[in-house]
Amino acid sequence: MFRSRSIQSSLSIKDKILSIDYILVISIFILGLISILAMYSTDGGEFKYHTNSHILRFFVFFGMFFVVSFIQIRFWHSQSYLIYILFFILLLGVKYFGLTSSGSKRWLDLYFMNLQPSELMKIGLILFLAKYYHRISIENINQIRYLFLPVVVLISPIILVATQPDLGTSLLIAAGGITVAWLAGVRVKFFAISGFAFLALLPIAISFLKPYQKSRILTFLNPERDPLGAGYQIIQSKIAIGSGGLFGKGFLQGSQSYLDYLPEKHTDFIFTLFSEEFGFFGSLFILLLYALIVWRIIKIGNVTRSNFGKLYCYSFATAFFIYVVVNMMMVLGLLPIVGSPLPIMSYGGSSMMAIMLGLGIAMSCKIYKDTPVN
Amino acid sequence: MLNPSSGNTVIKSKLIGRRMFLLTAAKAVVMVGIIGRLVSLQINERTKYKTLSDKNRFREWKLAPERGVIKDFFDKEIASNEQVYQVHLIPENSKDIEKLFVRLKTILNLTDKRLFYLKRVIAKQKPWEPIIVSDNITWSEFSRLNLFLHELEGIKPVVSVARMYPDNSSAHILGYVSQVSAKDLETKKYLKDLHVPGMSIGKTGLERKLDEKIIGKIGFQRYEVNAYGKRVKQIQINAGQAGESYKTTLDFEVQKYTNELLKDKAAAVCVMDVYNGDIVSMVSSPTFEPNEFVHGLEKNYWNSLIKNELRPLTNKTISGLYPPGSTIKTLVALSALENGIIKPLDTFRCKGKIELYGEKFHCWEKDGHGIVNLRKGIQRSCDVYFYEVARKLGVDRLSETAKKFGLGKKVLDGFIEERAGVVPNTKWKKKFIGQNWYLGETLHSGIGQGYFQSTPLQLCLMTAQIANGGFEIKPRIIFDDKNNRLRDYIRYKNENPNDPLPTDLLLSNFELKPLFKNQEHINLIKDAMFSSSNEPGGTSYRHRWENKKFTFAGKTGSSQIKRFTEAQREAEVKQESLPYKDRDHALFVAFAPYNNPQYAISVLVEHGGSGGKAAAPIAKKVIKKVLERHELRKKINSLIGETV
Repeated sequence: MFRSRSIQSSLSIKDKILSIDYILVISIFILGLISILAMYSTDGGEFKYHTNSHILRFFVFFGMFFVVSFIQIRFWHSQSYLIYILFFILLLGVKYFGLTSSGSKRWLDLYFMNLQPSELMKIGLILFLAKYYHRISIENINQIRYLFLPVVVLISPIILVATQPDLGTSLLIAAGGITVAWLAGVRVKFFAISGFAFLALLPIAISFLKPYQKSRILTFLNPERDPLGAGYQIIQSKIAIGSGGLFGKGFLQGSQSYLDYLPEKHTDFIFTLFSEEFGFFGSLFILLLYALIVWRIIKIGNVTRSNFGKLYCYSFATAFFIYVVVNMMMVLGLLPIVGSPLPIMSYGGSSMMAIMLGLGIAMSCKIYKDTPVN
Repeated sequence: MLNPSSGNTVIKSKLIGRRMFLLTAAKAVVMVGIIGRLVSLQINERTKYKTLSDKNRFREWKLAPERGVIKDFFDKEIASNEQVYQVHLIPENSKDIEKLFVRLKTILNLTDKRLFYLKRVIAKQKPWEPIIVSDNITWSEFSRLNLFLHELEGIKPVVSVARMYPDNSSAHILGYVSQVSAKDLETKKYLKDLHVPGMSIGKTGLERKLDEKIIGKIGFQRYEVNAYGKRVKQIQINAGQAGESYKTTLDFEVQKYTNELLKDKAAAVCVMDVYNGDIVSMVSSPTFEPNEFVHGLEKNYWNSLIKNELRPLTNKTISGLYPPGSTIKTLVALSALENGIIKPLDTFRCKGKIELYGEKFHCWEKDGHGIVNLRKGIQRSCDVYFYEVARKLGVDRLSETAKKFGLGKKVLDGFIEERAGVVPNTKWKKKFIGQNWYLGETLHSGIGQGYFQSTPLQLCLMTAQIANGGFEIKPRIIFDDKNNRLRDYIRYKNENPNDPLPTDLLLSNFELKPLFKNQEHINLIKDAMFSSSNEPGGTSYRHRWENKKFTFAGKTGSSQIKRFTEAQREAEVKQESLPYKDRDHALFVAFAPYNNPQYAISVLVEHGGSGGKAAAPIAKKVIKKVLERHELRKKINSLIGETV
């Protein structure tokens, strides 16, 4: 048993390639191709800036995905804290050196790209907590003193991101972190307590919200409140999706996006555009691909030996699922517009980078599934 | 276990697995929720959202149809169309109306008053209903507007056509067009699917009568627009259908000529073809400027129209009611002859007045006409003669004849402003006034005073039916190549003078309805009218045409406004010295040429004094003008198979 494990650490290239989860890779690739089609449509059926840059990013980060996959899981485990710290420093960097756009400071100018560290933090936090809960023994998990570090690690980036301000991303970062804690076995009562604490603090939090954020929440509750203002996006998105019908209006025929009724059609509302052009069945196909991806990552979690791998894969699969459904529910009018990209589909380098990094680490768990992490 | 944490690890991994199972179940639920939402939006409500998407996508602009033109007998357009530039606004397409108006004011010449009015209208109507900001702007304003169009959300420049009248001489008979009012929309069913803002509809005259057919069918332009309201491309265009054009029987040249003659008078002239009833001319004076009504009337102009005591807005030819005065004497005489009351050579002595039950009935000739027979009675228009005839005839028999000849009922179809007038008789008085008829009133009726009320067109028709030999004709103003049987009949009679067929059978073959029992009686009246116009002592002798081509036979009339007092009569007060409003209306009816009657004419001059002085000279000139154009008219009539 030990021998076999040690053998694992010196897998041949062939073994490694054979142990790749091809269903996952193919799903990601098909989704990538679909995202290129969608981007091409947002550019009005031409290879313009968004399309070209999206193609480039997809293939670069898809390549990165393979690179990350073949890096030993042991490395990712050992460097987890460091990665988290690095991303946290980047987040701090945003606070002081960040680029400001439309009222919020989210980006770092890295010359070759504008990096959004909050996206990377989604993965960084999961990595950190996966390692943390992998290391502490089961008896200690629910001891208050062992809860201290996770709470600090969770809250700090959230506050940094929320004050950028970027409420949506901070909530999504939190979702990933909370998932790890939940999976590791933190008792329900702690979640209940922090849930109540959150509710109690909500009025105070709301008083810190920017007017546009308040407006978004109110608008979500009643989109027709301000049909030309904040409710406009939800209404137009619902019109676009609904008018797609069963089979959609056809590729490049989405009148809502073509005629600029859709806001943020490259990023948050890319699903709306796709759904308008390809209808109910197109939407189901996208959902199926995402479900496949989530299912395959969970599957990897099942087969990987280490608890770090399990915690990471399960948490990442859940977080990935949350990113997807939050975006979809948002454009379907089921959640307020919080500004969250649809993984892989949406335009945005940092998001693509973070997702590919996350997927790569998951794939590394698959390739090195029998390798002990410590 | 070498590794002390190994058991720990297994327990942990089991715990993780359990909790993950819960999460996976939750995922499935969320997934089902999202699919459910997709089903609801894309399947259940897809029609609703498709409609909304199309509503987003398309903007439809209705296009006002081109109104059919109205032409005169010679195909000259007397109500035509011109291109106009307009500015429309759809309030719901504009995000900030106030800002838009501020911007518009810098481009167009908009008064604050107009803006105030527009805001009020916008507040009242539905946000998607377009409103016309300006319906007739200059080309330079229009091009400026187009230049700045991208900043003017909701504004639409429109090239449209609007009614244009080349001349105001026919304003009354043509009527005018103007904006659709709320009441129009309520009362006129045909406007229901037709309404386009900026569309004008006929309000009076022919424009109103023909409105339903002349208005056309609306068209539309459907554009694909983007979220900012900018038109991306035209999807569909339907130019609509221009309204039907109409040719009338009017002669524009005569209209203009007559209108000029009547300038500054409150007067009316009707000219009619005596055989087919074609109305050659119908002029009411003073006229108004119909073009002013097309683009919204200016208040000052409107006020000047309604305050003018000559009543320019009234079409006096069909809406003006006047006692027929002495022009009715032709019918009184005819009725008496037809009923065998008098013979042509029966005489009465006119001593200037007669007395009946203590009441005095004066002749206009204070000294009397002496011995008067029918011919002289009409020639001199002796009142006493007709008092006597009327007394013998009785008002009921007179009214029967008068009605037969077209008095007391509407002459035209579809002119809401036309009035029927009154032909009094004993029943009528009982019904409408509730009193018994007095013999004295019969005497007044005998000279066309009292309750008698008629329009100039009715008097023209009456004269035409005498002139054509006593046959009923139906006056018409819309050109029609049928209904020329009377001319056919006369031609037939001329070509077959010895046709053994009895006259009544012949007449029914030609579908003619005679208004006489004995045509000789009609000829007697015509002869008497000839003498009135062409023999010394005749009331219009001074204004005759010597030239046989133009010779007309007529009858003067003055309809009293106020009865003379005895004192005035004694003092021989002249009409000219009375205040304008108290003067008699001057009337004159005639037909020409005498030998071969073609046209009948009636002339009315409000408060003109005596018919012989005020009305006959106008008739004389118009008759000449009409007869000079007769050959031209005949050419067109002969094209459609009409002869004589």
